[in-house]
Amino acid sequence: MNNSLKQYIDLHDENLEAINAHSAPQLIGLRDEARQVLENAVLPRKGSDDYEATDLNAALAPDYGVNINHVDLSRESTTKFRCEVPNLSTCLYYVFNDTFRRSATAGQSGDPASVESFQATKHPEVLAKHYGTVARLENTCTALNTMLAQDGVLIYVPKGVATTKPIQLINVFDANARLMAVRRVLIVLEDDAKAKVLVCDHTKGDQQYLSLETVEIVVGRNAQLDYYHMEESDEHTTRLSQLWVRQEEGSNVLIDGITLTNGYTRNDYHIDVDGQHCDTHLLGMAIATGEQHVDNHTLINHNAPRCQSNEMFKYVLNDNSVGAFAGKILVKPDCPKIDAYQGNRNIVAAPTARMYTKPQLEIYTDDVKCSHGATVGQLDQEALFYMQTRGISLPVAQKLLMQAFMSDVIDGVRLDTLRDRLRHLVEMRLSGDSMICESCELKR
Amino acid sequence: MPPILVPLTRKAVSLQIISTVVRNVRIERKFLTILNMNENNNIKKKQDEESIINQAATEEYRYGFVSDFETDVIPKGLNEDVVRRISQLKNEPEWLLEFRLKAFRHWQTMTLPKWGKVNMPDIDFQAISYYAAPQTKTSDKKEIDPELKKTFDKLGIPLEEQKRLSGMAVDAVVDSVSVHTSYRERLAELGVIFCSISEAVKDYPDLVKKYMGSVVPYTDNFFAALNSAVFSDGSFVYIPKGVRCPMELSSYFRINAAQTGQFERTLIVADDDSYVSYLEGCTAPMRDENQLHAAIVEIIVEERAEVKYSTVQNWYPGDKDGKGGIYNLVTKRGICRGDHSKLSWTQVETGSAITWKYPSTILKGNNTVGEFYSVALTRNYQMADTGTKMIHLGKNSRSTIVSKGISAGHSENSYRGMVKVAPNATNCRNYTQCDSLLLSDTSGAHTFPVIEVGNDSSIVEHEATTSKINEDQIFYCNQRGISTEDAVGLIVNGYARDVMRKLPMEFAVEAQRLLSVSLEGSVG
Repeated sequence: MNNSLKQYIDLHDENLEAINAHSAPQLIGLRDEARQVLENAVLPRKGSDDYEATDLNAALAPDYGVNINHVDLSRESTTKFRCEVPNLSTCLYYVFNDTFRRSATAGQSGDPASVESFQATKHPEVLAKHYGTVARLENTCTALNTMLAQDGVLIYVPKGVATTKPIQLINVFDANARLMAVRRVLIVLEDDAKAKVLVCDHTKGDQQYLSLETVEIVVGRNAQLDYYHMEESDEHTTRLSQLWVRQEEGSNVLIDGITLTNGYTRNDYHIDVDGQHCDTHLLGMAIATGEQHVDNHTLINHNAPRCQSNEMFKYVLNDNSVGAFAGKILVKPDCPKIDAYQGNRNIVAAPTARMYTKPQLEIYTDDVKCSHGATVGQLDQEALFYMQTRGISLPVAQKLLMQAFMSDVIDGVRLDTLRDRLRHLVEMRLSGDSMICESCELKR
Repeated sequence: MPPILVPLTRKAVSLQIISTVVRNVRIERKFLTILNMNENNNIKKKQDEESIINQAATEEYRYGFVSDFETDVIPKGLNEDVVRRISQLKNEPEWLLEFRLKAFRHWQTMTLPKWGKVNMPDIDFQAISYYAAPQTKTSDKKEIDPELKKTFDKLGIPLEEQKRLSGMAVDAVVDSVSVHTSYRERLAELGVIFCSISEAVKDYPDLVKKYMGSVVPYTDNFFAALNSAVFSDGSFVYIPKGVRCPMELSSYFRINAAQTGQFERTLIVADDDSYVSYLEGCTAPMRDENQLHAAIVEIIVEERAEVKYSTVQNWYPGDKDGKGGIYNLVTKRGICRGDHSKLSWTQVETGSAITWKYPSTILKGNNTVGEFYSVALTRNYQMADTGTKMIHLGKNSRSTIVSKGISAGHSENSYRGMVKVAPNATNCRNYTQCDSLLLSDTSGAHTFPVIEVGNDSSIVEHEATTSKINEDQIFYCNQRGISTEDAVGLIVNGYARDVMRKLPMEFAVEAQRLLSVSLEGSVG
């Protein structure tokens, strides 16, 4: 049996010295453990449990280059990339392939949050304390990431601090060879801290890229975090992302995963709600055309009583695209008064598009209110007809209805300007227009 | 009339509640007789009360008795010789033995599946006897052995036709053998074949050969392979073209002998434009050991035909500590082969230590309809992993799934289902609703649905909720003088009503009583 994992294990074994030499010291400890876990791991193939539509083995099979010696591969200067949100001033940072860079505007005085690379961080104790504590190595992708990770981005918001500006992180792929980037992000919000993080994924050039990303998020007591992720990559990009969140008492977290254009994407969201009185919002949307493949997999673990969670994922699938969603709400024993909802609504707009959905509930406590709903269907024929009788052409009517369909995910965005921007982007996406900002390098 | 002043026993109250909810004539009558007796004679009343209380106390599992008729049991263990022996005991033709052996050899290559949300211990397949036949003392097959008849009378299944009120044809299966099939002659007039599968193999080999294994091949899964190798008996139904079966057909399964497994096989074929409603019931004695029940049900529905299959499953669930009980591992599948055909599954699951079954429908024809209605109640340490599969292959096919889970005690209750719409199956429609009710904080309720849609003209909806019993409703009942326990019974019956309505009348009464009884002692 052909096992794609082997090439990565071999790479690790043969280049361990080089990997460690260019790695942040805090990452070395877990590397061996991850290596051990991978020894017996098997990459799930299409059709196996929780991988109904996605073939991880095939996704990891190509021979990607890994930048072990951490050479700066980027060819462009940072200023040329723009991911502007009108009327929104952000602290802007970049990750070029796997190298962290700050923009001229970022990190100006008075900005209390610290956004730094693992290697250059002024808070090595925070990194050492939290690195690898949220992500679990039983997830093969996370283990692979942990085995190969050398650097990453640490976003640290100290106790009681509220960031004034949203933190924006732009991941860019830009290389002249097939490349895999091992990306790692650690976000630590201490008690009563507040932050908004916006992450965008872009690719440049016609190379095949693989983004192997693990994001760990620790949210302290009564802290509040908004985490928006927007993927606008291209058809050559494979993205395997694991996002792990740990919520402590009274915290409020919004995770929003938006896939506008992509190649082959698998996003895993694992949220552990460890404290009481937490609020969790998990939103997502995908608009897929062509051969796009979007697979979102979510797990919300309610480990503490008296919490609320709300989850909604929406897909519009066209052409030969494949959409997949699997979500699970798990309520542990002795966790009463949980109010959880999970929704998945999908529009299949072409006869050749496919949708797989698996909404799940696993409940071990009686005093809870949990429900889920999943639908796969089409646009309402009567609404389309009504609009046509009012002189709106069919394509426009369809676009309007799809835009409206996405509105409850868009409305969930808690940043006004970003919400407007997203609405605009969705509109452009649905009309097939380019979504790249005028002045951006990506607009060739 | 002073009935209100008469101190009613707990049982009587609960009966009254049920009767007001469902207007169940039979139970109301029973209730009235209790009242009359109370009025007539005080001493008698006392005795009656005692007997009712006794009855209520032993109500926990009232089918738990063991009948002591002699049974032929072949020695424990499973190998090719045992398969040959079973075939030989049943005087089977060569082709069937071949079928069994092929299945057995395939089974040997398989391992016990582990994916269910049940805690299945390793079953020692060599510690089970695969064939047990009750010995009939009378040689004439027309006459039923009095001991057997007594057993079925105790179960409330009269086999003698003159005693029948409802006009239901019954096929009774004890352990491995079908002991009696009633009403055969009357059905034969219409061309309906209703007999045990062993008889069908002899009398209608062509039909059996044509259909057996066509819906559930022996390669399907571990237990299907096991069943195909060692199946002993079961029912065979064939409804000819254009015939509407005039009565409910019913088979009744009973495991009696210890350390045996029951492996029955049911095959139902509804030819063009026919209709049949088929009921299945089952019980087993109370024992400390776990017994295995691995059945296969295959249903073939041809053009414009309709089959309604109802189950009230009440195998012995084990005692309150989870000791003993039946492992109910069943493969049930039907195919709507012809256009405009319909298959409807209704099940009420209250028994078994472990239930693992997914009555499924393959909607192959165009404009076909599949339905699945289920109530699964688990308590103590029972585990149930049940649901359905709707495979839409035909255009304009429709399916409805309503599943109601109730978990009490330390039980685990899961719904697992799949709705699949093939790319060519345009304009399909599915609606799924699965609700879970939790009655204790130590029980679990889970939902694992899978939806796969391969085209842009089908609509699939899934809805699920999990919650505990509504405290306002209990409070309201308490206010009206209804004890909490009875209120729970009332609410649960109301909650399960969508499914109960789909059961044939006689069965609905039984199922409702079963729900209330099963709930006793599981509140608080």
